[in-house]
Amino acid sequence: MRGETVFRAEALTKIYRAGEVSVQALRGVSFEIPAGEFVVLLGPSGSGKSTLLNILGGLDIPTAGSVNWRDHDLSHATEKELTRYRREHVGFVFQFYNLIPSLTARENVELVTELVPRPMDPAEALGLVGLAERLDHFPAQLSGGEQQRVAIARALAKRPECLLCDEPTGALDIATGRVVLEALLRANNELGTTTVIITHNATIASLADRVLRLADGRIASVEQNSRRLSPAELHW
Amino acid sequence: MKVLDRKLLRDLWRLRSQVLTIALVVASGIGGYIGSLSAHRSLAGLRDEYYQTARFAHVFAPVHRAPRALGERLRDVPGILDMDLSVVAPTTITVPGSVEVMTGMMVSLPARPDTGMNRVVLERGQWVEPDDADGVLVSRSFARARNIAPGDRLAVLMNGRLQQVRVSGIALSPAYIFAAAQGGFSDDTRFGVLWMPEERLSAAYDLRGAFNLFAARLTASADEAAVIAALDRLLAPYGALGAYARKDQLSHRMLTQEIDEQRVFGTVLPAVFLAVAIFLLHVLISRHIATERTQIAALKAMGYYDRAIGAHYFTFTSVTVIIGVALGIAVGYLFGHWMTGLYARVFSFPNFHFQLDGTVLASAVLLAALAGVAATFGAVRAVVRLPAAEAMRPPAPARFHRTLLERLRLGHWMSAPTRMVLRELERRPMRSVLTTLGIASSVAIIIAGTWWSGAFDNLVDQELFRRDRSDVLIALNDPVDIGALHSIRRMPGVLTAEAARTLVVRLRHGAHEYRTMLMGIDPGARLRRVQDSAGRTLPLADGMLLLTDRLARRLDLRPGDSVDIEPLEGTRRPVRLHVAAETGDLMGMYGFLTRHDAARLAGEGDTFNLARVRLDAAQDGAFFDAVRNTPRIAAAGDKRRMVAHFRATSQHNLLMFAAILSAFAMCIAVGVVYNSARITLAEQAWELATLRVMGLTRAEVSWTLLGQLAAQMAIALPIGWIAGTGLAALILGLITSEQFRIPLVIDSFTYTFASLVMLAAGIITTFIVRRRIDQLDLIGVLKTRD
Repeated sequence: MRGETVFRAEALTKIYRAGEVSVQALRGVSFEIPAGEFVVLLGPSGSGKSTLLNILGGLDIPTAGSVNWRDHDLSHATEKELTRYRREHVGFVFQFYNLIPSLTARENVELVTELVPRPMDPAEALGLVGLAERLDHFPAQLSGGEQQRVAIARALAKRPECLLCDEPTGALDIATGRVVLEALLRANNELGTTTVIITHNATIASLADRVLRLADGRIASVEQNSRRLSPAELHW
Repeated sequence: MKVLDRKLLRDLWRLRSQVLTIALVVASGIGGYIGSLSAHRSLAGLRDEYYQTARFAHVFAPVHRAPRALGERLRDVPGILDMDLSVVAPTTITVPGSVEVMTGMMVSLPARPDTGMNRVVLERGQWVEPDDADGVLVSRSFARARNIAPGDRLAVLMNGRLQQVRVSGIALSPAYIFAAAQGGFSDDTRFGVLWMPEERLSAAYDLRGAFNLFAARLTASADEAAVIAALDRLLAPYGALGAYARKDQLSHRMLTQEIDEQRVFGTVLPAVFLAVAIFLLHVLISRHIATERTQIAALKAMGYYDRAIGAHYFTFTSVTVIIGVALGIAVGYLFGHWMTGLYARVFSFPNFHFQLDGTVLASAVLLAALAGVAATFGAVRAVVRLPAAEAMRPPAPARFHRTLLERLRLGHWMSAPTRMVLRELERRPMRSVLTTLGIASSVAIIIAGTWWSGAFDNLVDQELFRRDRSDVLIALNDPVDIGALHSIRRMPGVLTAEAARTLVVRLRHGAHEYRTMLMGIDPGARLRRVQDSAGRTLPLADGMLLLTDRLARRLDLRPGDSVDIEPLEGTRRPVRLHVAAETGDLMGMYGFLTRHDAARLAGEGDTFNLARVRLDAAQDGAFFDAVRNTPRIAAAGDKRRMVAHFRATSQHNLLMFAAILSAFAMCIAVGVVYNSARITLAEQAWELATLRVMGLTRAEVSWTLLGQLAAQMAIALPIGWIAGTGLAALILGLITSEQFRIPLVIDSFTYTFASLVMLAAGIITTFIVRRRIDQLDLIGVLKTRD
């Protein structure tokens, strides 16, 4: 199914209102993402990339415009429909990992495997990110990079069709960041998971099939990488 | 087990000390509720069942002497279902080996145990057959208090003749569940009921073929007031002393008063506990949810439904409440059992058992569930409403501003940590206020539970030492000429003696009427003073009537109003007197006039039937011997021994009650203080560790946290004193009857004790929290901020 369009966004606008003040986070963003593509959303703080990721992930809805996941209209979905969409199709990786501290690595993964019909074995998912040996460790007993890999394993374990990552290496040093990016690329290559990463780190963009640059709520440029670098080649 | 359930268990374990302290508060409330109300139900059930099986009468009509043949006419009074004619007579009892003379009541016994009304139940020993020459049955409470067993011998004064009787058996009667001389404190050691065959008793009191107490059970539709009026009319020619309903029967009134007090205690105090528990649970769950904001967001992002997440947090509080309820049921059982045991010593029931009441249990569980929902509802709704995307962001720094003190330019007096303390208190005003109120409420509960001891002391002091300054109260069989006072003054050990004439009357004002006693004393009497509620002595002269303020309210009388007095003895000629003033006596509903007026109302000359005596304690043995040998004396009440006994027994019970309540209140105190400190510590661990890294000492860092606690305590204590006084007043208002008024006098010991218990809770918490601050993981805390 690689190549078929999975995300289609048209004229997406998002305005946040806080009392008298309103902030326009997105100003008419349109794009398409085909299945299996590895996309990086690049931009400085406040450019609207997190808002865009939230809308793609069904965590938020646009103020105007439309966004579709295959034939699902996400822009007019109810809260319940959005939850179901996230449950069935999306894997999230958060900047601050968002692991449950009272659950072990394996149990954190089981949180999602209990939700879907044909999940990966949690041990297998953790093996995929190189943590087969640390299944029964609690988050507090893991390093930052390990925690982020548990989060990736948790996102992958339900075999999502798309993986949405919010600054996955934002809190990590370069060596650890590379290990995490390896894990994401591996999922993209081996499982064909459509992957969208937001980052303000331009170096990471060279891993992507395509880079969407955001600035001030608009897509400033779209770049197609002719050659994707491997994480080992990255320097930042 | 689902992963979320595993998380739940681990969260509960991690927060176990907080969960447990809150569960203890719930347990205290539920325990108090279940214990008190089950004791209330058990006692009310026992009473009603006993009344039914022993056929306790609905109406009583004492009379001087009426022929038994009158019974047939009385039976025809509409509304009367069944009736009983008996003989009762006051007496004095001497137990071998005891100095004092005890008062007692002789009651006629039917030939067979299962006949008549107010049936006497034999507990052990043998029934007294009609032909038995000297056998009597003795009331169980008196027998227990005086170690009297079947086969023992007692000396009783019957109609002026001292007689030896043999104890045949120990028995109980529904008319004497609470045994005390009219108007007296409960004192089983000094008041006994003796039953003897009717023939013998009526022979001794010249009442052959006659009766002096009529009792009746009424039909369901009977008009009680009409029956009483008809009985008074029919019995008037025979010296009717005024019929009265069951509600005015002494034993029933005292028993019912106690049972009702149980209900008040069982509802008012637990309500405070549950309110505090709701607050604590609310703070804990809100804080717990706030900490897990990002986790909740992650769960939502993963596709968990709101329902499942909401249920997860709701279960957290449910488990806390369930632990509390389970503990509460155990506590309630023990508490109720203990209280019922206390009553078993005061009230004579044939069988006595405590039972956890099903309805009470069910309502307790329901109340606890409602409390849980009330505590959790808002917090869980916030979880459900939390938009997944918004929750993804780390929390914005909390808003702070300069405190009032700083705005008043007093800020430069304060150190930075002190400023942190004040700003933190101001930042969460609601939580600060509720924490302060929580602490205040436990102070209030301790006060409301322990002030009784001081109040009873005050009551005893006012009634038995300031107003009535006699040592012994001597009641005569019949009024006698004042000249007889000299022979009382000449008795060994008597320092002074004053005469009084009591008179049973019915007072009428408009539609109100009340049967009571008037106390006729001599103007200027020193052993019985008539005082207003402020303790000022009121003037008394012929033609003046003074009423206790509660009686004046009951009859809707004000000073200056006139009231009709119908004497129920002597000439019975009604007169009208003006109410001169209201007295402030704390117990009883009665009135005062001069002894001269009282005797005149009875149609007598210069007489008396009561003497107050000041006694030389060294000679009380000789005095009581003389009393025993004076046939005219019906009873001699030894006030000092009675007060000593009352203090010894009530003090023990009150102390136990205070200890239990203090333990309950301590649960609240520790629950509030400890939870508040732990939550603040969790919230501020990051700041506190930062301060430590910057070089502040442990003491300085501790101050920013414990200073909040100290400030809240300092504000809470005075609020608690006021609230405790208010709570005591509320409970007092709910239990006060017409018969007595407990003065709202809270001594400084009570306030000090409550404050010390609170401070102890604060100090214990301080130690625990201080240890936690000392153990702060400086690096770990700074690494991540959740």
